[in-house]
Amino acid sequence: MRKFIRNAHDFWTGVMFAVTGGAFAGIAIVQYKLGTAARMGPGYFPFVLGMILLGIGIAVLVLSMRRSERERTVDKFHWTPLFWVLGSICLFGVMLKVTGVLFAGLALVVGSSLGSGEFKAKEIVLLAIGLTVFCAAVFVGGLKLPIPMCPGFAAFEQFALCRV
Amino acid sequence: MELLSNLQLGFSVALAGSNILYCFVGVILGTLIGVLPGIGPVATIAMLLPATFALPPVSALIMLAGIYYGAQYGGSTTAILVNLPGEVSSVVTCLDGYQMARNGHAGKALAIAALGSFFAGSVATFLIAAFAPPLAEMALKFGPADYFSLMVLGLLAAVVLAHGSLIKAIGMIMLGLLIGLIGTDVNSGVARYNFGMPELIDGVGIGPIAMGVFGFGEIIRNLDAGGEQREVFTKKVTGLMPTWSDIKAAFPAVCRGTALGSFLGILPGGGPVLGAFSAYTLEKKLSKTPERFGKGAIEGVAAPEAANNAAAQTSFIPLLTLGIPSNPVMALMIGAMIIHGIQPGPQIMTAKPDLFWGMIASMWVGNFLLVVLNLPMIGVWVKLLTVPYRLLYPAILIFCCIGVYSISNAWMDVLLAAAFGMIGYLFAKLECEAAPLLLGFVLGPMMEENLRRALLLSRGDPAVFVTRPISATLLVLSFILLVIVMAPAVRKKREEAFVEE
Repeated sequence: MRKFIRNAHDFWTGVMFAVTGGAFAGIAIVQYKLGTAARMGPGYFPFVLGMILLGIGIAVLVLSMRRSERERTVDKFHWTPLFWVLGSICLFGVMLKVTGVLFAGLALVVGSSLGSGEFKAKEIVLLAIGLTVFCAAVFVGGLKLPIPMCPGFAAFEQFALCRV
Repeated sequence: MELLSNLQLGFSVALAGSNILYCFVGVILGTLIGVLPGIGPVATIAMLLPATFALPPVSALIMLAGIYYGAQYGGSTTAILVNLPGEVSSVVTCLDGYQMARNGHAGKALAIAALGSFFAGSVATFLIAAFAPPLAEMALKFGPADYFSLMVLGLLAAVVLAHGSLIKAIGMIMLGLLIGLIGTDVNSGVARYNFGMPELIDGVGIGPIAMGVFGFGEIIRNLDAGGEQREVFTKKVTGLMPTWSDIKAAFPAVCRGTALGSFLGILPGGGPVLGAFSAYTLEKKLSKTPERFGKGAIEGVAAPEAANNAAAQTSFIPLLTLGIPSNPVMALMIGAMIIHGIQPGPQIMTAKPDLFWGMIASMWVGNFLLVVLNLPMIGVWVKLLTVPYRLLYPAILIFCCIGVYSISNAWMDVLLAAAFGMIGYLFAKLECEAAPLLLGFVLGPMMEENLRRALLLSRGDPAVFVTRPISATLLVLSFILLVIVMAPAVRKKREEAFVEE
C-alpha cells in the first residue's frame, strides 16, 4: 500500500481536502435546508463548496499516486515545540479570566520557552517577569483593555496594582 | 483640479497632530516586525487591532496601513544585511543586496533600497489618488452577479501568488470559503457548523485565524527548523550616500520596477511578492550585462524594492474602491474597517472622504517618515537581529495572545487560535500555502450573499453571470488567467520564480 503514495505531501493534502469537503457537504445535506438556486437555503452554498473541495481532494490524492511523481515523504512532526507552545497558549486562555494577566503571562512565557529545547531557567524567569510587567503596564494600565490584572479573590484587592 | 483639492483634504487629515503620530508609530512597528524574521504583517496587524479600538477610525487605519508598508522597508534591511528576508516580498532583494553588502557596499544598497521605495511609494500614492475615484464610480454600477464574478477573478488571481501546486491552492481557497461560512446564516438565521458551541454562532473571527495560522503556526515551524546561523554585517554600515553613477544606474530600474509593481499591485491576487519577482526578472532580461546579477548589481536591488513598495501601496486600490482584498493583509484591513464600523466598498469615498483621502495621503507621509527615520536607525535594527529566537518567540506569543483575546474579550478565541496554530503547522508540513485560505475566508460570506442575490433576481437562472457584460468580462478574464497559469511555458516560469525562495 505504502508504495502507491509517491508524493506524501499531496497524498495527505488530498485526504485532508476530501475529508473536510465531504464533512461540510454531508452536514449541509443532513442538517440544513438546501433550497433551490432561486431561493437558496442555508445549506446550498456550503454543499456546493464542500462537493468541489471533495472533488479537488480526490484529484490531488489521485495525482499524488502517479508513477511520474517523485517519491517524497512528509517531514517529521516535532511534537515538543508543538505541545509546549500550543499548550501554554491554551493555558493562558483558560487562566486569563481567572487569575489575571500577571499570572497567565508568567505561565505563558515560561511554558512556551520549554519548547525551544535550550531552556535556561534564570534567563527565562527574568524574561517572563519583564514581558509580563511590560504587557500589563502597556495593555491593561496604558491602553485600558478590559483584561483583569490579578486573580479575582478578595485577598488581592488590597494591592493598589490590582485595582486598575 | 479636483484631484488637488482631494489631496489637500487628505493631507490636512494625515498631517493633523495625532494622525502623524499614529502613522509614525505604525511605520516604526512595521519596520520592527519587518526586521524580525518569524513574524509578518498579518499577525502583527491582528495583534494590534484591539489596541486601535479607542482611536478614531482614520487614525486606526492610518496606523495599520503604516505597519504594512513599514514591514516592506524592514524586510529589505535584513535581506541586505543578513541575507535573511524579513518578509517574503524581500526574498529577491537578498540575491543582489546581500552580495553588495559582502562587497562592502551595504550602505549604498540600503540607501538605494530606501530611496527607490520612497520614489515608488510617491508614484503609487499619486496613482491611487488618480485612479481610485473613477474605479469607485464604476464599482457603483456593479450588481450582485458582477461582484460574484469579481470575487471569482480575485480568488483565482490569488492562486498565481501561491507557490507550489495550482490545484492545492484552489483547494485552500475552498477550505477558506467554507471556514468563512461558519456561523449564523444571515438569510435564514440558522447557525451553521457551530457544533453546538455558542461561541461560534458569530462565526470564526479573522483574529484567531490570522494569528493561529500566520503567527503560532509559523513560530512552531521556526522552532523545529532549529536555530539558523546568521552572519550579520553589524560592524559598520558606512557610505550611505550613493554616487552619481549609482543613481544613474539605478534610476531607470526604479522607474521600471515602480511601473510593474503598481500594475501588479492593482490586480487582485497580485501584490508585493509577484511585483518584486517580476521586476527582478525584467531587469535581468533588459540588462546588457546580466551576468552581474546575483553578484551585487545595483539594479537588482533597486527594481524589486521599488516594485514591492509600489505594489504594497496600489493593492489598496481594490480594497478602497471595491471592498475586495487582494492579499491577506488587505483581508485584515477589511476586518479592521468592519470592527471600526466602516463598510468597505465604493461608497467609502463619497461617504467618508476624510478617511479615504486621509489614508491615501498618510501613505506618502509614512513613506517619507520611513526614509528620514530608517536610514539613521539602521544600527538599532541590526542590533535587534542579534536577539536570539528563544527569547524572541515568547515575547511574540504573549503579544499575540493578549491581542487575540482583546479583539472580542473571548477566551475561546485564544483556544481557537491555538487550534488554528496546529492547523497552520500541518499546512506548513504538507506544503500548502495559507494565504489563499485567508482570502477565501474573508470573501466566503460576501460571495454567498452576492450569489444568492444574483440568483434570486434572475429567478434561479445562472445565465445571469454571462449575460451581464461586466460579469461576463470578469469571468472571461478569470478563464484566461487560469489558462495562462496552466500553460506549460508559464507554469515553468512560475515554478522557477519561486524556486529561489
